[in-house]
Amino acid sequence: MQHWLSLMASSFPFLLRGALVFTVPLTLLSFTFGLLLGFGIALVRLFGGRLSIAAARFYVWMLRGTPLLVQLFIIFYGLPSVGIVLDAFPAALIGFTLNVGAYTSEIIRAVIASVPKGQWEAAYSIGMSWGQAMRRTILPQAARVAVPPLSNTFISLVKDTSLAAAVTLPELFRAAQRIVATSYEPMILYVEAALIYLALSSVLSILQVRLEHRLGRSGGFLEAKS
Amino acid sequence: MIKLTNIEKRFGALVALKGVSAVIAEGTVTALIGPSGGGKSTMLRSINLLEIPTSGELTIGEETIVFQSGVKVDGKAVRRLRRQTGMVFQNFQLFPHQTALANVMEGLTTVLKWPADKARARALALLEKVGLAHKAEAWPATLSGGQQQRVAIARALAPSPRVLLCDEPTSALDPELSGEVVDVLAQLAREGTTMVMATHDLRLASKIADRVIFLEAGMIVETGTAREIFTTPRHERTRRFISTLTQRDEVGVDGGDAS
Repeated sequence: MQHWLSLMASSFPFLLRGALVFTVPLTLLSFTFGLLLGFGIALVRLFGGRLSIAAARFYVWMLRGTPLLVQLFIIFYGLPSVGIVLDAFPAALIGFTLNVGAYTSEIIRAVIASVPKGQWEAAYSIGMSWGQAMRRTILPQAARVAVPPLSNTFISLVKDTSLAAAVTLPELFRAAQRIVATSYEPMILYVEAALIYLALSSVLSILQVRLEHRLGRSGGFLEAKS
Repeated sequence: MIKLTNIEKRFGALVALKGVSAVIAEGTVTALIGPSGGGKSTMLRSINLLEIPTSGELTIGEETIVFQSGVKVDGKAVRRLRRQTGMVFQNFQLFPHQTALANVMEGLTTVLKWPADKARARALALLEKVGLAHKAEAWPATLSGGQQQRVAIARALAPSPRVLLCDEPTSALDPELSGEVVDVLAQLAREGTTMVMATHDLRLASKIADRVIFLEAGMIVETGTAREIFTTPRHERTRRFISTLTQRDEVGVDGGDAS
């Protein structure tokens, strides 16, 4: 027991470093870029022409239909054979961004479509352009509905970044693997890593509750609609 | 002046308006009545171009747009014309994520780019006018239907439109709540606000309309003063329709309809 605790204490700075230098930035950046990508794809799916809609659907189909780990391997190990060599971090960032984009585009498409048509008409009736209606009227309402499903994606992403260990990124999980390789204490190190992931997702869950509370301050939306 | 010339609106194979022409003078209140599906909502929505007519010509003030089948209308021209109108919807359609005050300010700050304090002053004055100054900071979800509709009227009036369009403004309200909305609209009519309203509410139409247009099957059957249409209609069809409305009112059935 004593031994376990001291191993945890001595390994913790290394794991924390992996989390703070790689896991957290990778999560934040790929979620941000993925969200932007997802928003773009959602707009194409909702308002695009027939060809661009088909292209967007193809993209979502490919990215959702293949394993994330395989996608990361293609980007990091596969692309060099066609002359594109990427470091581990950019390779992982691209992989996760593309993946998050595919999943969030479906969420964003659904929440934008869930805002009643009458809200568009009300916005148009006071003279708004399409862009003004989108920004001022539709998105704020869609955002509120989007928080729980997007939080799901975000929390999954934090945990999925452990896959980046397989493409040599020295993030939290890989840091644990390396210490296991010299200490031969897999149980203690992997449990420790799991606890740090748990702490990170807990922070996100708390942020989700706060955000929902903030966006929910106007009271029941549905009641106001009819 | 608002002028519709030979406005036709098709939805696929369905012809919702079959060449409707009308002139609406400034300062008058016009009620569009008729059976559901008769085209009154479509005619109203053609005036602020929520429905783009398939063909015909629409003039509001100095702006005119000619519509031709297969020719796409310029979005800027649509917005220029639309900005001279305000609209009140059957289901209010307040922005649920904004307070009553913010709803009324929205058109002024976002569309007309007014500074916030100027917009706030105008919005408060309008809420005062519809009797809801004390609800300025309330969320739409906490207001009664009648209150929501009064806020919606203030929102529509904020950019000083040339005409206020009302699409069944009292149909989603019970008689008591619709009374407060009728009172506000009657007040506006007395002040000379130009209004066009599609309605089933005989009380509303007879109380405030100067002119009545009776539409059926996408065509104008009869036009006249409110008194003429309600008491001495020329057409048998109009007479029958008016009598069904009066009967409904006598037995106390609300004339609500989602058309």
